[in-house]
This record gives sequence, C-alpha cells and structure tokens, in this order.
Amino acid sequence: MNDNPCIQLRRDFPIFEVSVDDQPLCYLDSAATTQKPNQVIQAVKNFYQSQNANVHRGLHTLSEQATTAYEAVRAKLAQFLNVQSREIVWTSGATASLNLIAYGLSDSLKKDDVILLSPLEHHANIVPWQLAAQRTGARIELLPVDAQGILQLEQAKALIEKLKPKVMSICHASNALGNINDVAALIARSKSSGTVTVVDGAQSLLHLRPDLQQLDCDFYVFSAHKALGPTGLGGLYGRYELLNALPVYQSGGEMIDTVSFSGTTFRPAPEKFEPGTPNIAGVIGFGAALDYLAAQDHDALFRHEQSLYQSLLQQLNEIDGIRIWGDTANNVGTVSFSYKNEHHYDLATLLNTHGIAARSGHHCTQPLMAHLGIEGTIRVSLAFYNNQQDIRRFIVALKDTISLLEE
Amino acid sequence: MDLSHIEHTLAQHGAWQGKYREIMLLGKALPAMPDALKTDAALVKGCESKVWLHLDLDEQQQRLVIIADSDTRIVKGLLAIILACYNNQLPQEAGKLDAYELFDKLGLIKHLSPSRGNGVRAIVERIHQQLQVLQ
Repeated sequence: MNDNPCIQLRRDFPIFEVSVDDQPLCYLDSAATTQKPNQVIQAVKNFYQSQNANVHRGLHTLSEQATTAYEAVRAKLAQFLNVQSREIVWTSGATASLNLIAYGLSDSLKKDDVILLSPLEHHANIVPWQLAAQRTGARIELLPVDAQGILQLEQAKALIEKLKPKVMSICHASNALGNINDVAALIARSKSSGTVTVVDGAQSLLHLRPDLQQLDCDFYVFSAHKALGPTGLGGLYGRYELLNALPVYQSGGEMIDTVSFSGTTFRPAPEKFEPGTPNIAGVIGFGAALDYLAAQDHDALFRHEQSLYQSLLQQLNEIDGIRIWGDTANNVGTVSFSYKNEHHYDLATLLNTHGIAARSGHHCTQPLMAHLGIEGTIRVSLAFYNNQQDIRRFIVALKDTISLLEE
Repeated sequence: MDLSHIEHTLAQHGAWQGKYREIMLLGKALPAMPDALKTDAALVKGCESKVWLHLDLDEQQQRLVIIADSDTRIVKGLLAIILACYNNQLPQEAGKLDAYELFDKLGLIKHLSPSRGNGVRAIVERIHQQLQVLQ
C-alpha cells in the first residue's frame, strides 16, 4: 500500500481536516459532489484576488488575460476528452446541458419518433425528454433493465435495432447504483439507424476519464463539481456539425454576431450557446481540477477506488440482511443497499451520528426505485481520496446502527 | 406521555445515539394507524419519509385529537413528541405553539431542527393549517 499515491493525495483535500458534529468527516457521498483539492480552491481564490475581469469584452489587459485563461480551460477539457475545443459548451451543469440538447433536438423530432432512455436515468435525463416528447408527439421507450438494476446489453442492442430511435440518451454510469453501462456498444449498434446519441457523463468524467472519440457519442454532458471542480459549472460536448445545427436555447449578449431590430444573427457554436457572462471563476477552478487529474496516474486512482469498493462490498456482504443493488462487476465505486425492511431514512440518520456522510433516498431516480420495488437505498459513493479507514469506520457505524434499530 | 417526562428522558443522554434510541422508543409506543386511514389525503407533503396525519376535536371538550404515523422509526418518534405537545390542547392554545421552541427545549435542535429533512416543519405546518380550518 505504500506505493499507493492516493494515500498522499488525500492531503490535498482540506475538508478532511474538518470536524463535523465533533467527529472527523467520513465522506462517502462523492456521487453527489466531490471534495475539492487545494489547487482548485486556490485557483478560484487567485482569480478573484488578482485576475478578475469579464471575458470576451474589452481590450484591457486583465480582460485579455481572463479570456485567455478561460478559453485555455476549454482547450484543456477538449484534450482531456479527446475532442475539439469548439465542440465544448460551458453550461451551469449536466442538467442545463441535457435541457439544452433536448430542447435543441426537438426541432428534428416528429410524432411517433422514438426517444430511447433507460430506467437507470437521473431525473435530469428523463424530464427534459418528456417535455420534448410533449412538444413533438415523439414517444419515450426504455432499454431493458433487470430486477437487480442491470442493463440487459444483448436485449438492449436488439431493441435499438427494432425501434430505430431518433435519440438515445443514457448514463455512462448510474448515479444511484454506480453501474457502468457499455455505452460504446449501444452507440455502435445505433449507428445504422442514424440515432443521435447522448451520454450522461455526470458520474463517469472523474472515474472513467472517457475518450469520446472511442465512445463515438454525438453528445456528452457533465458537471464540473462531480470531478473536483466548483459547483455551478458544467458543460457538454457536441459533435460539431450536430452541435452547430442546434437552435439557440437561451439568448443575450456575447452569443450574437449582429443585433438590430430588423433581425439578429448568431455566432457559431460554442458561442451561440453561451449568452451572458459565464461562470469564469468556475471555469478557472475546473481548469485546476483538470490539471490535477491530468497529473495523476489514472489507472492507479481507478485501482485504488476499485480496491476500496471491493473491501466495502465484502464487508457489507458479511452482514446478514444487507441487499446490494446494481451491477457489482462493473461499477464506478458506488454501493447502493438496503437492510431488511429498515427505512433508509432511519439508517442514514443514525449513520450521521457517527460522522458518516452517505446519501439516502431515491437519488433523483424515482422510476428506477419503482422498477426495483423499493422506496430508496443508502448510497455509499467513493472517490480516490477515500481510504480503508473510511470503509472501516462506515462498517463499524453501520453495525452499531443495525443493533440500535433491532433492539 | 407528557412533555416533561420526554424532556427528562432525552436530557439523560449526552450522545445522539442514546437520544435517538429514546425517540425510537417513543415511536414504538405510539399506536399504529390503521391502514384504512393512511390515505393520500392524510399524507404530509415535504417529508422524506411517509407521514400520515389526522386532526379532529373531541366532541365533549373540544380539545385536539391528532393521530399520526410514519414509515420510519425516527420520524414516528418525532411525531410522538409533537403529538404530546399538541394533543389535548384547546385549538386556540395549540395555535400559539412553536415547534422550534419545543425542539430547542428538548435539546433536539442540532440534529432535528425543523428545517431538516425529517419533515418536522411540514408536519407542524399541516397541524396549524388544519387548526385554522377548525377555528
């Protein structure tokens, strides 16, 4: 374990020096948001302290510098994802990105066209499509998922061939269960139908570091705060011809070419999707997050997360009455479980008294919970800055909680 | 179960695990609501868990009779505390009660302030809404 770089990396995250309710923090909720390394916190602080100016406006030095720094992060992210800079649009998060895409694609949908989703999707990858379906008369169909919450790949491929969907929007990894979906295989199968493919990468950007050329998707959405970056920022990748063909979603300054009362023309993508002053500090902070991640050996981080995940699974399975949901063979390091008939609210409330920050509830996936026939789960989601002690503390707290509930 | 007894019992526990143990015991002592009464109309919105609540006045004395239930042990215990506070009060007295003060007095604010996901605020708002309808 001594050569494990993650043991050192934890020290970059100042939150772990904080006590919560007089106990050291045991943070197991990284699927909700990741903690931030000093490098990101400093980058945001430095920007406001010594670099703050608006971007794409004015010729003064500070504005030029801010613009250069801001656009450099777009290039950095493009390199990270193996796509072109002009294919990256900044938004407020994955939710905003999905809304932009679903609204934009509505123009090309008509009655009875199929929008293919899966029961694993976050509400943010369901509701914008429901609205698009309402506007256009298109209908939503679902990929098959079994009673454990695992996508049935072969049946899914067959369904894609049968339905020939106009749009397919699926999560790369499930936020509720952590399952990694073989999106590349599904996308490959949809090519012959000319399907526009959208990948919700909210849970995959950090853990899987995807190469979007390999995935071959048309769109990919993400939130910066789930990959060490600041909140309030996210974005999307769009294959350029498709992206640039989408209609304007929100309008205002900075996205126009010329404005007059006889008509307005817009700039090409990505600018036409970025009206108003963007989240400059967020982008700068996210740039620091990308630098941080690029400096690490991704395979080592992934191995560390997977080894923590395996010991968590093993120790949970030793507790009689624990039911683990989802695909434990392909997972980003998220365990979603229930215990006998105990309510997740009681479990999470009692775990919190031990300083355990875990998520409970439906995880914004009510259709998935209905599919599994449960109200919700306890979700423990890991990141590379977790360690074996976190797992031990969690298991001790869980056993204590169970004995308290069963008194 | 009267409030001073609850207050005394909870005060004996320094650690939150002990307080929650007592809260869950209070919940266990609260009679289960018959399933027939667990209607959608009785559901209190704004709670992470399911909470059902019925409020009425007893015929003779015109004092409050609230029955409530939850699908979680802890919220059911919190309901027992809220009911101990409101039940058997005259409606005009009950209208002046403040749940925040109650939970503060019981030393429960830190983990159980009415703004948390436990739904205490929603439960108390429901009681006060129904009180206004009665008055």
